Amino acid sequence: MEIIKDGHVVTNDWRHLSDDEVLPEQAITVSVQRWKSEKDRLLTGGVPLGLRLNSDDSLEELAADLGFFSIIVLEFRKFTDGRSFSLARLLRERYGFDRELRARGDFLRDQIFFLSRVGINAFEPNGSANLQEMLPALQEFSVKYQAAVDVKEPLYRRRK
Amino acid sequence: MYQYDNYDQTLVNERAAQFRNQTERFLKGELSEAQFLPLRLMNGLYVQKHAPMLRIAIPYGLLASRQLRMLAHIARTYDKGYGHFTTRQNIQFNWPKLEDVPNVLAELATVQMHAIQTSGNCIRNVTSDHLAGVSQDELEDPRPYCEIIRQWSTLHPEFSFLPRKFKIAINGAAKDRAATQLHDIGLQLVKNERDEVGFEVLVGGGLGRTPIIGVTIRPFLEKKHLLSYLEAILRVYNRYGRRDNKFKARIKILVKELGKEKFTEMVEAEWAAIKDNLLLDLEEIERIRKFFQPPPYETLTDDPPLLEKTAHDSRFAAWFRHNTVPHKVPGYRVVFLSLKTPGKPPGDLTESQMDSVADLADRYSFGEIRVTHTQNLVLADVKQADLLELWQEIQALGLATPNIGTATDIICCPGLDFCSLANATSIPIANGIQHIFDNLDYLYDLGDIRINISGCMNGCGHHTVGHIGILGVDKKGEEWYQITLGGSSGKDASLGERLGPSVSKEQICLAVEAIFQTYRDQRLEDEAFLETVRRIGMRPFQERVYGDN
Repeated sequence: MEIIKDGHVVTNDWRHLSDDEVLPEQAITVSVQRWKSEKDRLLTGGVPLGLRLNSDDSLEELAADLGFFSIIVLEFRKFTDGRSFSLARLLRERYGFDRELRARGDFLRDQIFFLSRVGINAFEPNGSANLQEMLPALQEFSVKYQAAVDVKEPLYRRRK
Repeated sequence: MYQYDNYDQTLVNERAAQFRNQTERFLKGELSEAQFLPLRLMNGLYVQKHAPMLRIAIPYGLLASRQLRMLAHIARTYDKGYGHFTTRQNIQFNWPKLEDVPNVLAELATVQMHAIQTSGNCIRNVTSDHLAGVSQDELEDPRPYCEIIRQWSTLHPEFSFLPRKFKIAINGAAKDRAATQLHDIGLQLVKNERDEVGFEVLVGGGLGRTPIIGVTIRPFLEKKHLLSYLEAILRVYNRYGRRDNKFKARIKILVKELGKEKFTEMVEAEWAAIKDNLLLDLEEIERIRKFFQPPPYETLTDDPPLLEKTAHDSRFAAWFRHNTVPHKVPGYRVVFLSLKTPGKPPGDLTESQMDSVADLADRYSFGEIRVTHTQNLVLADVKQADLLELWQEIQALGLATPNIGTATDIICCPGLDFCSLANATSIPIANGIQHIFDNLDYLYDLGDIRINISGCMNGCGHHTVGHIGILGVDKKGEEWYQITLGGSSGKDASLGERLGPSVSKEQICLAVEAIFQTYRDQRLEDEAFLETVRRIGMRPFQERVYGDN
């Protein structure tokens, strides 16, 4: 399976483990629930770990654990739910998470410009989306009025 | 007014191109109805009863004459020859074809206009006082801040998929002409004890089916913190606002459920974490302020012969008294063009009227027009010496009905005639009430009365804050109307109280007339309608409208 990462279509090397699946010998992401109940076992499993966050999961509770993860996956159950846009920005700006931050699930091509601006660098859309055709949407706008994760200064400080 | 530079222009061009692509994908079936919905709404495009409806932003109500000419062109070319000005300082076109909308947006972009965020669950068009910069009671012109917020909120990456729509209004005058207490965020320019000007921040006001008056969560915010504070409020709302029920998704419900103290605490905590990284430069405020400098006024004195002219012609005198207000610069006056001609849909303007108003703005008011939230137009900078001539011209256009602020200056949504949400017609009710007044003396005798009509509980006609509010309801397929009294959107903001059972379409105008009569019988000398309602309460009005039983 392929995803978009850092502006390119690449192979996905993470397995999103469900809560009742046996731990495999490969890089896995787990839900917040599984992380909370099996933290010690997961940490001794010897495989790279990632965390999957739903839009209503409490980021504040997990802040101390973020260093354990090589990837955080923001799950989009509904493309109209904008909470994860704030979570992404907080992860990058407040908690300093500098590894892969991935959007997964139900989001639109038309949202990936916004998602990339709040710090998401990888995209794993539902179903049969044509990833190559999605790529141009990352550059749909050349003008960014506000400071965000991608540009630290508002446009008025960059105007010439 | 604000002038786009290359950045602003590029953005609206790119937005128009993006929407063309989205529309094409939808028409080809690559985007589903549900997927296209929020995308088209964020470009002001509804699918309405008869055709799509396109809502175009008029930021804080300011229009250049060339922009109004473009709106005339769009009305002529893509619509049925007219447009409808709304309470949101917007204009709506009711009949564009979906496949034409990308072209409309591209044409609008050539005159620095757009439809960005005029609908959808995002930060909407920022509204303000239509007398900004010219009124005598102003602490500071709010429009530079409106423009700063416009830029900050446009395509905001974090806040484009909020739980619900989000409305911000700013007022800089002593009198509140922007209904700041009835917005998700209201900003009132105030002075602190050290004589510095900043913002009082109100949150959680709003109309619709759960009308609530906003609460002050910060009595004084320094200007440099404007954007960080907004960002903090929006982030708290985006994360914790309800998404399970669209009727409970507005920030007013979050504020109510958490309580003002808890909500304020959350905003302040969020703000403390970001405020130092998100300072608004005072130089930027100055840069934007330069776009709102006063026009090149002539040095004049107030015009004494004007009194003579008003004495000579009683019709001109009535217009002067009701449709113009004082200006802060000697020798000038602010002119309202009434879009409330009896028998016409309130807020509508034809393409030829638009062209003519644009010409008048060029000749008499430095090429600028303003749109009010009461659905009228304003020429803000007219020389007193020109008033008689201007009046003759706008009379010929049918825009001189001398009724601003009176019972026939009705705020009215499009209602069942155009809107697919509506339960009842509203334009015919407005017209019916206007027809009570074949005698202007009777109208003037009633004084200032704000009548607001909505065709459904979504409240686009702001019925809950009308001195007299009328709400259309559906009863087994028939149109009925609920009446409220005592609402206000001004400094003394209040929500109207329900008078009693709803009345039928046949009875509604009679009921309104009975309310007028009750007021005439009960008022004390010089007492305005709203004051009388507040003093005597509902009972006398109920007796007159419903009889004794």
